[in-house]
Amino acid sequence: MQPEELRLDGNAAAGTLREVFAAEVTVMLATCAGCGAERPMGALLEYGDGMGVILRCPGCDRAMLRVARTPEFVRVDASGMSLLAIPRAAE
Amino acid sequence: MAGTAIPGRLTWQVATVVEARDETPRARTLVLDVPEWPGHRAGQHVDVRLVADDGYQAQRSYSIASAPQDAHVALTIERIANAEVSPYLCDVLRVGDGLEVRGPIGGYFVWDVAIGGPLMLIAGGSGIVPLMAMLRHHARATDAVRERIPVRLLYSARTWENLIYRDELERLGESTQVTVTFALTRQAPPGWIGYRRRIDRAMLEELGWPTSDLPRAYVCGPTPLVESVSALLVELGHDPSRVRTERFGATG
Repeated sequence: MQPEELRLDGNAAAGTLREVFAAEVTVMLATCAGCGAERPMGALLEYGDGMGVILRCPGCDRAMLRVARTPEFVRVDASGMSLLAIPRAAE
Repeated sequence: MAGTAIPGRLTWQVATVVEARDETPRARTLVLDVPEWPGHRAGQHVDVRLVADDGYQAQRSYSIASAPQDAHVALTIERIANAEVSPYLCDVLRVGDGLEVRGPIGGYFVWDVAIGGPLMLIAGGSGIVPLMAMLRHHARATDAVRERIPVRLLYSARTWENLIYRDELERLGESTQVTVTFALTRQAPPGWIGYRRRIDRAMLEELGWPTSDLPRAYVCGPTPLVESVSALLVELGHDPSRVRTERFGATG
């Protein structure tokens, strides 16, 4: 695990998360299930350790998104996120 | 505005190095020809993947330095001692060699003229790279657009020699629409009358746009700098949603 002062943010996880979501995630607005704060996913704190991705709320530190790979699955735990708002492309 | 629309799948491609040039003793720019490149927005990055003969893979992200209008993709790599990837990219890779990349990636830490300004760009170390793409994009805009969107850049580095793109930044700073300020944190050349310390609240108060101008701020570099500066900007009264950050982790 990285020490706190070396943590990254949602931008660093964007390539990996694009494989999972098939979309650019950094612009999605995520609401923290803990404190209710809404932020773009690019602004969440990233604590990946090579085994997967963890995005945390900068306000209350709750893990909002966890992505881990097993041989058979990509496991996505978004229970720390109560809402995800995905911008629609210009129509 | 581009939300999640992606022109083309994000797949690994082999790019060819068409040019390599040293920017500073520690930083080197690689210019890549990427087949089927869909174009990019200033602030986006690519992932780079190296595969050793034994199959071992190492992957890193590098910000795109070139303007969206350029045909080739320029990356500026800072060499980190004893690291796995940057010494290879800086010391071994040659013009003509291939490099696996995927991108462009990113949608939050991006700026284009449509987003507007005034623009406040704050960089530490190699954090200047994505901001340089923004400055190069701005420099290509029409006079009318540039009049409408003034830019202030504050760039902190250890020494004068470590300022990446220094000459180009000084030239850009000659325009009335762009103000470039360097802060040196470790050592300054003789006769230096500029800032000789880390970016702090007083410096941001002196150099930043008034909050009433509703500037758009982009802060990039080592994590401690990014977190300190973005917190200070909010403390000074800037709207957090107008302060965008990209952390690079450890100092190079």
